[in-house]
Amino acid sequence: MQIINEFRMTVDSKSINEGFSRAAVAAFVAQLDPTLDEISDIKMAVSEAVTNCIVHAYPTSVGKIYIYAAILDGGTVKVSIRDKGCGIMDVRQAMEPLFTTLGGERAGLGFAVMESFTDKISVRSVLGKGTTVTLYKKINGRAAV
Amino acid sequence: MPVRIISTRERVTAFLEGEIDHHSAADIRMDIDSALMQYKPNLLKLDYGDVTFMDSSGIGLIMGRYRLVQSFGGKVLVTNLSPQIYKIMQLAGLEKIAKISKREDVNSADNK
Ligand SMILES: Nc1ncnc2c1ncn2[C@@H]1O[C@H](COP(=O)(O)OP(=O)(O)OP(=O)(O)O)[C@@H](O)[C@H]1O
Ligand SMILES: [Mg+2]
Repeated sequence: MQIINEFRMTVDSKSINEGFSRAAVAAFVAQLDPTLDEISDIKMAVSEAVTNCIVHAYPTSVGKIYIYAAILDGGTVKVSIRDKGCGIMDVRQAMEPLFTTLGGERAGLGFAVMESFTDKISVRSVLGKGTTVTLYKKINGRAAV
Repeated sequence: MPVRIISTRERVTAFLEGEIDHHSAADIRMDIDSALMQYKPNLLKLDYGDVTFMDSSGIGLIMGRYRLVQSFGGKVLVTNLSPQIYKIMQLAGLEKIAKISKREDVNSADNK
């Protein structure tokens, strides 16, 4: 699919950047005139992926989070969130609802939320090298309502 | 302040506000837990009337409070949810551990 418009940013893996990252992607997507529900779905999915970088990928240090968003031909949004952190041993297992390696206050639902609030998700991870989560969502927009 | 708390011996009510994520959850948790430890109420009521965003960190927040309240025999009630947040709580199966309910009048809540 052809790229209509794209944007990139890099943020430190500090929790204060969770709100900033989802708001920045939402503002970029605003050019498609999305509904409030569509915006909210995107914010939720981006928030999950960015939080995972902060909590899991760089558990004891501050690393970089690389965020890329593109508007594709036909009104689909592609967002990828990449880290150079610890990586995931078994991606299939990590994506199962309720699976978490942290426990405590983590529900193990981040990937389940990303899956149910977007159209498609792909996860690529290499142990010790990092993880890339790519999300796709078709924006029908307010004109369609 | 992301949370305002009103406590009695019977019930602790927490009015949550703004965006609940991993960043804000830490302070909210501390405030609610200190009220819970002080009053050990029969009921913890979480009011989401002024919450504009929540992700799975908010689910963890409720599950953690549920465990604490349950340890002294209390119950958890989650009220005033926006349709979006109601949806994520259902996805998480939270109705198994807490009574959850949507906002009465969605339009007036969104337009204020
Ligand atoms: N970027 C990442 N780097 C390394 N490990 C990750 C990354 N993202 C996810 N994981 C692993 O996948 C597991 C599942 O992630 P998921 O977001 O579904 O749940 P969680 O983060 O543990 O809990 P929640 O998102 O509900 O707070 C995590 O516990 C962690 O082990
Ligand atoms: Mg997560």
